[in-house]
Amino acid sequence: MNFQAIAAIYTFEMARFFRTLKQSFISPVLSTSLYFVVFGTAIGSRMEAVDGVEYGAFIVPGLIMLSVMTQSISNASFGIYFPKFIGTIYELLSAPVNFLEIVIGYVGAAATKSLFIGLVILATAYLFVDLEIQHPIAMMSFLLLTCLCFSLLGFIIGIWAGNFEQLNLVPMLVVTPLVFLGGSFYSISMLPEFWQAVTLFNPVVYLISGFRWAFFGTADVAIGISLGAIGLFTLACMGFIWWIFKTGWRIRS
Amino acid sequence: MTAIVSVQNVRKTYDGGFEALKGASLDIQEGEIIALLGPNGAGKTTLISTICGISSLTSGAITVAGMDIGHDYREVRAMIGLVPQEIALEPFETVINSVRFSRGLFGKARNEAYLNVILKTLSLFDKKDSKVMALSGGMKRRVLIAKALAHEPKVLFLDEPTAGVDVELRKDMWNTVAKLKGQGVTIILTTHYIEEAEAIADRIAVINGGEILLVEDTSALMARMGKKQLRIELLEPVQEIPAKLASYGLELAQDGSGLTYTYHINAERTGITGLLNDLQASGLQMRDVQTQQSSLEDIFVDLVQEDGV
Repeated sequence: MNFQAIAAIYTFEMARFFRTLKQSFISPVLSTSLYFVVFGTAIGSRMEAVDGVEYGAFIVPGLIMLSVMTQSISNASFGIYFPKFIGTIYELLSAPVNFLEIVIGYVGAAATKSLFIGLVILATAYLFVDLEIQHPIAMMSFLLLTCLCFSLLGFIIGIWAGNFEQLNLVPMLVVTPLVFLGGSFYSISMLPEFWQAVTLFNPVVYLISGFRWAFFGTADVAIGISLGAIGLFTLACMGFIWWIFKTGWRIRS
Repeated sequence: MTAIVSVQNVRKTYDGGFEALKGASLDIQEGEIIALLGPNGAGKTTLISTICGISSLTSGAITVAGMDIGHDYREVRAMIGLVPQEIALEPFETVINSVRFSRGLFGKARNEAYLNVILKTLSLFDKKDSKVMALSGGMKRRVLIAKALAHEPKVLFLDEPTAGVDVELRKDMWNTVAKLKGQGVTIILTTHYIEEAEAIADRIAVINGGEILLVEDTSALMARMGKKQLRIELLEPVQEIPAKLASYGLELAQDGSGLTYTYHINAERTGITGLLNDLQASGLQMRDVQTQQSSLEDIFVDLVQEDGV
């Protein structure tokens, strides 16, 4: 293992994050606050409790997931797309590093950033609602795993993207709908039976359900299945990235 | 001397079907400066890219210090530094952080003292905390060199280091290259300027159409290639070359309106002064005078014919 290289990539990428620290924070904090004001306070006050959890609190895990997933994808995809765009990728390709070191460096940095933002949103949530986290360790593990596997997905998108439009395409067209339809703002059990079945094909359902279980102890799907789904997704992404570096797809001429 | 980089019959066909290298072979000796000389599209950058691992090779073999570039990529790449042709730098990062990144990426532990020496050598030390985007084009090129040297490579590739660089910086660059050679670094540079190859290279490899046409000591090659012609247009056409001018080996144009004198660029005495004096003494009057140096393309044609390819 070239640990120096991992550290170099990680530090370099984190420096990008610290350069834009204010923007990195303001945008997610602001948008989350808006969600709380609109859904939590204005609409939520007229809603019944879901599974015994007050609606304002019920949406907290979904909101954190929404931000963490989109942030992970945009951080990781930008992190690897930018060197491709400005040409500095030559250095990475000519360096004595393997795919695992590159991934740990880039994906690790992207996941760290989104974990940070996830925690900031959680802290913001405390300003609006009363929260009690039933399984704090499971909550942190789910958060971390989500950051990691969506950063892996972002990394793939960054390598695939040929321009800035494509970079935003997948998060906008695929991830946002999946997250919204994945039970961020409702319990799956509130849907008609047919749509409950359809929803189980949405991988995000498992993440949000597991995450919500860590908060409130109630879930739409069993916690073991949630963990299994997240593990499978992570493995699939890793396998695909391994293939990318083996064949040089979209990075090596 | 032993070959530190050995390229054996390397072919490279890009996805679109373009064959950039058609069986190139080249041995680079340890400690030398070798120039890859060739026109645009000759395959210079492709050759460098395949050695450095940026492009995959279609067939053939490349070894560095006896190790295969694929199988032993870690050892091989740790020995190599690359300065690309295009300026590609993270614009928002500082000079020192960019250089630190390169050193770490190539597996070396931090060594600020060494990096400071490099930055001083390249006159970048004052700018070490400046953002890359604030630097001039010449400065950015030096940052690229600093990055390539950050991990103390044994072999340095410079892909057209002086393309679009002003005269002063070009001289600086040549001095830097000479200094590195003094430290035992093997240097491979590409260029399409004959003058540049002549000024700094020990050997010149001529590359065209994806093939290495020949590799020769710079002095020997220049002696063969450095021909120049002086063309004299006459006011009044002549039937034959006057006897007084017989010793110059002049060529008379068919219609008698001009004379061509061929001389050597490196000759101590070109004989031009004598020729012009004798021309006047013969009573010939000149309409125009022009000199012409054989272009790279002419040289390739000559080389190909000489080699009987």
